[in-house]
Amino acid sequence: MTDLMNLNGQVALVTGASRGIGKAIAQQLVARGVKVIGTATTENGAAAISDYLGEHGEGLALNVTDETSIASVLKHIDDTYGQLDILVNNAGITRDNLLMRMKDDEWDSVMDTNLKSVYRLCKGVMRGMMKRRNGRIINISSVVGTTGNPGQTNYCAAKAGLAGFTKSLAQEIASRGITVNCVAPGFIDTDMTKALTDDQKQAIFSNIPAARLGQPDEIAAAVVFLASPGAAYITGETIHVNGGMAMI
Amino acid sequence: MSTIEERVKKIIVEQLGVKEEEVKPEASFENDLGADSLDIVELVMALEEEFETEIPDEEAEKIRTVEAAIDYVKNHAND
Repeated sequence: MTDLMNLNGQVALVTGASRGIGKAIAQQLVARGVKVIGTATTENGAAAISDYLGEHGEGLALNVTDETSIASVLKHIDDTYGQLDILVNNAGITRDNLLMRMKDDEWDSVMDTNLKSVYRLCKGVMRGMMKRRNGRIINISSVVGTTGNPGQTNYCAAKAGLAGFTKSLAQEIASRGITVNCVAPGFIDTDMTKALTDDQKQAIFSNIPAARLGQPDEIAAAVVFLASPGAAYITGETIHVNGGMAMI
Repeated sequence: MSTIEERVKKIIVEQLGVKEEEVKPEASFENDLGADSLDIVELVMALEEEFETEIPDEEAEKIRTVEAAIDYVKNHAND
């Protein structure tokens, strides 16, 4: 019987892999026999990734808002590994502010890092995946891209944008054996949610039927599934992983 | 060494999965060879690689027949 979860020998690029959800994704992929290239914004972050990946991959510094930086990482992957099967667009930032107080650079940096980066990276990997008639692109969006969240007009707009991008690209390349999907985390136990105040957390918990934060591994599990051969017929879809806080 | 014409035809056969005898000069990729827009993009990419050239979008849009592809390469390839 074919193992529909078998990812052995594949190569994955995971952005924002130094901690939190990205790190969990990288580690879960490694556990399935995938070579993982994890990226971070700094050389220190990249070294930390190399440390935890060991012989199963490497960490690289990548600025997802810089086309040259992206091109050099993709070239390195091509030269070193000769293929890229899985792209996980996970890198993201928040610059929260009420709209009335929001500065242009808070809006622009979130759009650039969370949305335009995905456009750049997808474009960069497209040729190779098209030629091999195989590929998995998984974009990490967020529940708030669907529900909205006060103080996050920029972040929610970028994450909602990812959903539309994902559906369009999925339609363009489905016939080439490439799937494009989103995983939309709810509130996950990471540095990003540690920045929330106690009042914010209390308000959030009262809306989560599971009554707890999600763990990064629980997001990674959905990513691994979408990357697997068993998910070949799922494309343009968003899997929500949020403990029931939004059933969409 | 094969001629430019032969090399272009070979790429068309490979990319579009058509028979060699169907690849006549006047054949339209879309109407005669069953290509969709993505097939044509891929075909242009394959031509770019084979002939180590970059085909700008506005030029690529004009490459709609076998003859147009051969002519473009003949006029532009770094061969």
